[in-house]
Amino acid sequence: MNYDALETSRTQRTFTGGARLLLALHLDGPLFIALCLVGGVGTIVLFSASGSSLEVLEAQLLRFGLGLLAMIVLAQIPPRLIRNISPWAYLTGLLLLLAVMLTGDVAMGAQRWLDLGVLRFQPSEMMKLAVPLACAWFLNDRPLPPSFTSLLVLVAAIGVPTLLIAEQPDLGTSLLVAAGGGMVVLLAGLRLRYILSVIGLLIPVALVAWQFLLHDYQKQRVLTFLDPRSDPLGAGYHIIQSQIAIGSGGVFGKGYLNGSQAQLQFLPERSTDFIFAVIGEEWGLIGLITVIALFMFVIGRALYLATTAHDTFSRLASGSLALTFCVYVSVNTGMVTGLLPVVGVPLPFISYGGTAMVTLMAGFGILMSLCAKRKLVGR
Amino acid sequence: MPRPVRIKDHQAEQHLFEQRALMAAVIMLVALGLVIARLVWLQVVRYDYFADLSQGNRIKIEPIPPNRGLILDRNGLPLATNIPSYQLELTREQVLDVDATLAGLAALGLLDSADVPNLKQEIRSRRSFDAVPIKLQLGAEELARFAARQHEYPGVEIRPRLTRHYPLGASSVHAIGYVGAISEDDKKILDMSAYAGTTLTGKSGVERAYEKELHGRAGFQQLLVNAQGRSVERIGTEAAHLERREAIAGNDLILTIDQRVQQTAEEALRGQRASVVAIDPANGDVIAFASTPAFDPNMFARGLSRSEYLTLTEDPNRPMFDRALRGVYPPGSTVKPLMALAGLEYGLVTSTQSVFCHGQYRMPGVRRPWRDWKPGGHGSVDLRKALATSCDVYFYDLANVMGIDRMHDYLEQFGLGKPTGIDIPGERAGILPSTQWKKQAFKSKEAQTWYPGETISVGIGQGYMSTTPLQLAHFTAVIAARGQRFQPRLVRAIRNVETGEIQQLPPKQLASATNRNPEAWDATIGGMYDVTNASYGTGRAMAAGAPYSVAGKSGTAQVFTVAANERMRKAGELAEHLRDHALFIAFAPIEAPKLAVAVVIENAPGGGSAYAGPIARRILDAYLLTPEQRARQDAGRKPVAPMATPANTE
Repeated sequence: MNYDALETSRTQRTFTGGARLLLALHLDGPLFIALCLVGGVGTIVLFSASGSSLEVLEAQLLRFGLGLLAMIVLAQIPPRLIRNISPWAYLTGLLLLLAVMLTGDVAMGAQRWLDLGVLRFQPSEMMKLAVPLACAWFLNDRPLPPSFTSLLVLVAAIGVPTLLIAEQPDLGTSLLVAAGGGMVVLLAGLRLRYILSVIGLLIPVALVAWQFLLHDYQKQRVLTFLDPRSDPLGAGYHIIQSQIAIGSGGVFGKGYLNGSQAQLQFLPERSTDFIFAVIGEEWGLIGLITVIALFMFVIGRALYLATTAHDTFSRLASGSLALTFCVYVSVNTGMVTGLLPVVGVPLPFISYGGTAMVTLMAGFGILMSLCAKRKLVGR
Repeated sequence: MPRPVRIKDHQAEQHLFEQRALMAAVIMLVALGLVIARLVWLQVVRYDYFADLSQGNRIKIEPIPPNRGLILDRNGLPLATNIPSYQLELTREQVLDVDATLAGLAALGLLDSADVPNLKQEIRSRRSFDAVPIKLQLGAEELARFAARQHEYPGVEIRPRLTRHYPLGASSVHAIGYVGAISEDDKKILDMSAYAGTTLTGKSGVERAYEKELHGRAGFQQLLVNAQGRSVERIGTEAAHLERREAIAGNDLILTIDQRVQQTAEEALRGQRASVVAIDPANGDVIAFASTPAFDPNMFARGLSRSEYLTLTEDPNRPMFDRALRGVYPPGSTVKPLMALAGLEYGLVTSTQSVFCHGQYRMPGVRRPWRDWKPGGHGSVDLRKALATSCDVYFYDLANVMGIDRMHDYLEQFGLGKPTGIDIPGERAGILPSTQWKKQAFKSKEAQTWYPGETISVGIGQGYMSTTPLQLAHFTAVIAARGQRFQPRLVRAIRNVETGEIQQLPPKQLASATNRNPEAWDATIGGMYDVTNASYGTGRAMAAGAPYSVAGKSGTAQVFTVAANERMRKAGELAEHLRDHALFIAFAPIEAPKLAVAVVIENAPGGGSAYAGPIARRILDAYLLTPEQRARQDAGRKPVAPMATPANTE
């Protein structure tokens, strides 16, 4: 960008001033602005979805602020430090997961939380970042595409936390953790024959999982996904109600705060996992496409940034973070529209819920740090 | 040999990464493209469909259950009413853990833990936002106990409503019936839209037969609701325009039962497996309809726990069994007046012709004799005396001459062998045997053959013949009315609660029983008069001192077919359940009959005249005596033990 040519008016001066500040803070301008936009849209939608609750609004804004802070702080950490911390973060996370399994608090029937006195903490959230970072760290000094032995190590490194989290049980998070690690492997240039054989392996594994590993309610989710009308007031209720909400929104929507499905509380989990349906009902197809476009921009920009990173670790880690974000968006929109089974994956930055938001922002902070244009590039 | 060391090629890796990132971007585009395609499908193509669905979602139709009609006795005394009560309801989607909630309520003593599995199933089978009643009636103390802990049970609520209440408890239960929770079977026959919001329906007796009249029609109100079913007032800025239709209350029923007579009958039967049916011969009104032991129908309206239900059904005395309607007994000698009428009809006997009875009857070619109940015999008896002394030989002979099919054809006119058509469900038909009947009842060729010897037992109301107490009372009423027949009925009028208008139901007259012999009715009724009035009458003790004229007939029905020569065995030696049944039929006054009564006592320690006769008397007294006469009688009544009087066992 030619800054000199732009220095003509006060607005432009302010603009360039802002751009300089972002640059100084190692923040990517377009990504930063897009994230703020998504966060803004999310806050507006959440206000409606929560039944005009100012408390929820306040809490969400506070978390968004907290997330921004986390992002900015993490963006300042030198890539080398992040890389060196990665394996330790992973090990700590693994230990905490084990601790949760042994002592964790049970909230809503699932063992996910670790009570640290002041703070209740979900180690599985931390693993969403730690797993891809550790995988990237592992591959950093190794020639790519990775060898078979490296792959075995990676499969173990991803598989153990995934299973631990799936056992809590939290299918959504375990899926995202597995996706985070898997994306690293994929981006590292996994050979096509491995990809195919993994798909070949997945089928028997899925059968075994169905028989022995999945909880009844998880099986129910899959069955209901296949035929939501089989249980319209039980497990299929979510899917049917969310489709009604989206469908009845039409092209232009029913108007802000006027979605009857959401306002009259027919739509379950409307402020969390199913908030996408609220957008669809109140803002219509236009609103949804706008939101999807914003997300696509975020993902595209993050992927682009990843390609500009200077070392393997940075590339793999930031590429994986970008694609995990993409998994979030596609799984959530897929399940709300009835294309995928209902797994508890929130819509990033829009769904109400603290930890996920902060984790995501932290992820983008790390990505910005790894991909920032620095005067002295650390290798 | 050392493996060749692979060197990192940064250029190639960068390239590989870019390739993969591009691939990922394409996949992303495809995935989100699919989502957008799906959105277009939902929001553009299927918009109308989903817009309709979302409309239907917001307006909930809440039923307003109607008040059930009252049931009154013929004098307006309430037998079934409605009282306000509290019911415990559970709404699945508002409960965090249904199992724990039910267990907690059971621990509080509000539920019987034996019922919990059934309740769970019921809750699961209903829609998650439906409020499922888990306890129909909470006592004041239970209410307080729950109210103190209500905060621990989200999704469990107390709802006020009207419950059926039977102020007299077990009295008349077999006529009135009872209401209970609507079952799956009920749902098949009821118009469930009229039952929205109602948890109880008639299960037996009048409560079931007149369900349509009693129930009324549910109203509804539209509510603007959220998914929790909670009413909200407006949606966005739009105020709700909602419909409301009031419930139409069920109609009151006025029974034919006279509760005072009913009570007398129940008191007289107390402690025995027995039944009484009393009918007004002039119109078929059932004045008393008692079966003991009985049960408290309030238990069902309250919601019976599993253990209570088992206690009731496993009681060997079967309190739930309606003996008056469904008990089938050999009529024994009570059938003899009908036999007399049949003999006169066919001209096989006359009122004056005598038969000599020397204690047994022999059929040509059969070695084994049929014995009379009186070992020495009755000597020379004409028709009236044969009835009065209950001479078996006279009727053995008559039956033999008549033959089973002629007997069947004549007795059929009196309603034997088929339901009387009383206006409550479940009536049994009994058996009026004939050669035709035997062909249908048995499979093997051999068993289908009718043997002449079998006719002889039927002539004294034994053998294959069986009747219900209702049929006994019915044919007694037909004799009293000299052939005029009315269908027995329990409901005589229906009162519309909305308008207060009373619709009298006309008595239903049936084809009359006829007799070609003009003397037949006088002779037969005269014989029945002698039963209770002549010095040799088997039932003379029961009519002693009655201020009205009484005609009657005793009967003793064999339960256990002992050889004829062992019939005289003392009743006390037999096991209780093998003892004979004691029967008595009677009507009064003879000139203008007002009441016909049938009494059946299962496995009585003695015969019909001794055990059933005095009970028939008490019922006649209760209905026929003026209040002054009753007062006088009550004052002078000595405690009469039925065992003190018997001279005869028949």
